[in-house]
Amino acid sequence: MTAAPAGGMKPAVEIDGVSVRFGEFLAVRDVRVEIAAGTFFSFLGPSGCGKTTLLRAISGFVQPSAGEIRIGGKPMTGLGPNKRPTALVFQNLALFPLMTVAENIAFALEMRDVGRAARRKRADELLELIALPGQGDRMCHELSGGQRQRVAIARALAAEPQVLLLDEPLSALDLKLRQHMRSELRAIQQRVGITFIYITHDQGEALTMSDQVAVMRDGGIEQVAAGKTLYDSPASAFVASFVGENNLFRGRVSAVADGCATVATDVGPLRAACQADGGLREGEAAFVFVRPEALRLAADDMAGMDNVLPATETSREFEGRFWHVFLEVGESRQPATAAQVHGGAGPAEPGRQLRVGFMAERAVALPAGPLAAE
Amino acid sequence: MPNSWLRALLARYGAGVGACVLALAGFWILLLILLPQLAMVDFSFRHNLPPAAQGGPQDVYTLEHYAYLVYGSGQDGGFNTVDLLVFGRTLLAALLVTVADLAICYPIAYLLAQSAHGGWARLMVLALVVPFWVNEILRAFAFRILFGASGVLNDALLGLGLVAAPVDFIRTDVALYGGLAYAFVLLMVFPLYNALESLDRSQVEAARDMGASVFATHRRVVIPFAKPGISAGCTMVFMLSAGALAAPQILGGPSSLWFTQLVYQWFNTGNNWPRGAAYAIVLLLSTLLLVLLAMRLFKVRLAQLGR
Repeated sequence: MTAAPAGGMKPAVEIDGVSVRFGEFLAVRDVRVEIAAGTFFSFLGPSGCGKTTLLRAISGFVQPSAGEIRIGGKPMTGLGPNKRPTALVFQNLALFPLMTVAENIAFALEMRDVGRAARRKRADELLELIALPGQGDRMCHELSGGQRQRVAIARALAAEPQVLLLDEPLSALDLKLRQHMRSELRAIQQRVGITFIYITHDQGEALTMSDQVAVMRDGGIEQVAAGKTLYDSPASAFVASFVGENNLFRGRVSAVADGCATVATDVGPLRAACQADGGLREGEAAFVFVRPEALRLAADDMAGMDNVLPATETSREFEGRFWHVFLEVGESRQPATAAQVHGGAGPAEPGRQLRVGFMAERAVALPAGPLAAE
Repeated sequence: MPNSWLRALLARYGAGVGACVLALAGFWILLLILLPQLAMVDFSFRHNLPPAAQGGPQDVYTLEHYAYLVYGSGQDGGFNTVDLLVFGRTLLAALLVTVADLAICYPIAYLLAQSAHGGWARLMVLALVVPFWVNEILRAFAFRILFGASGVLNDALLGLGLVAAPVDFIRTDVALYGGLAYAFVLLMVFPLYNALESLDRSQVEAARDMGASVFATHRRVVIPFAKPGISAGCTMVFMLSAGALAAPQILGGPSSLWFTQLVYQWFNTGNNWPRGAAYAIVLLLSTLLLVLLAMRLFKVRLAQLGR
């Protein structure tokens, strides 16, 4: 039970060109990911992006139509869920309602013909681990939502899997409990040191808990990176718009030089960072993304800013730590939001003329790709 | 707690409709079920007297009909082995039919509830229901034709060369057990389906994921969940098999009587209603007792049957 270092180990799970087809529908297309042992890895994407199907393929409930999944170096092709070193925590938990908490947790051991006393001992150990000591003889329906959650995780851990798979297990909980369970889950993962693969459509969950996040769209992987990299340097327009809030300016590339692109947009030319191999070519449709917190607002001077635009404030919302300021930018009245720290220089009242500016390195220019039509 | 259901009923439907529902249910239970049964109980304790003597000084309560079932006419001091054997055989055979129906219907109900979708499920239900549009007696005769010495089954077996001479399915009671099992398939499938349909599919998957074999998944997860449905189905099939009359009459072998046939004989040909009533009461009470014992054995509560 040592804390596992993130990365740098041999992969626990290799997903090698996996596709899953249901009739005409390609749910997962040619996914290639290596998941390092002992890490917390998330698949993040909107509903219907194929992340649950991929998870079911890893756990063995679905056989890939193409490609291979290897766990601990061993090919899993043809092995059913009961023969794989994985354990799945179901979205609805799927605890057995007629068994006690301890019987639920020790179910995997019962299936391996472990004796009654040994089963009970292991269940009590796991109850200790999930901070529910002495609750073994209760029935699952007597527990609260968060406690049931932890019992489901303990039941999966009792199988001593190499990989624990979690299918949006927090989605049924209320906001406060969900936030608490995030840190709880992360702590459990670090205590047991095995690989966790987590499926979610909630970017907050993915970013806070994971060592690595794979963003999925339409059955394929868009980007695999640490949360901070996803946020700061999205590899595609989809990742930029799906992860976190972003202001979007559409336009066409007019120049590319030294990791910096100039994009002609409706509000004028904007300068933004771009990847050297980002595939941006002159004349191509492109998006410029700027985070709300990267926008600076001022009544007059914007000295030193790479991009400065006239703007009109339309409204604002109080978010506690900061204000959300809604703006119309430039002649074309493109909508945008800016974040203004609460207690700092207060923003102007609605209707007031402002200037909005941002640095080129705090913005990202990306090819519009398949999103160009939307 | 007491009468809370009554108040809820009246609150839901208003005093008028609520009272009507209560009156109808009361009429059903009291007049159509309880009173006739009580009349039978009363009958069973009376002497078989000609109408003229009824209500006279000879018309007193007696245990003679119950004693007859156990001791017969009582002349040789022995037991009424013939009737007692028929009684025991009937209960055993009803048990056998129940177990056979459970074994046949559990996989069907599980498939229907967990795997079949839309059109297929409807087709399967239809295939189960359609045979029951045919009258019970006609179905029994159809089984006679199927299982007879020159019946379809024997023709097939002879034609395939599997047997040298026709098998007497009637005498060996195969036709009877088959006919009874077939007659009550629906009564087993629907309670099972009802119970299994509410089983969350992910529980079966969770058990598989935890390393359970198919057999262990059913033993530990599916069957405990379906237990109320299993006991409801078994209760109905057992009670109705033990109380069946038409099928044993038509499909039974010449030497094997069903206990209900004895009851029928006393009422009808024997013209001894009190003795028939006593026999019927014994059958009712013993099947009831067996069901309650089985429920105690398998830890099912009576209230669960309604689920």
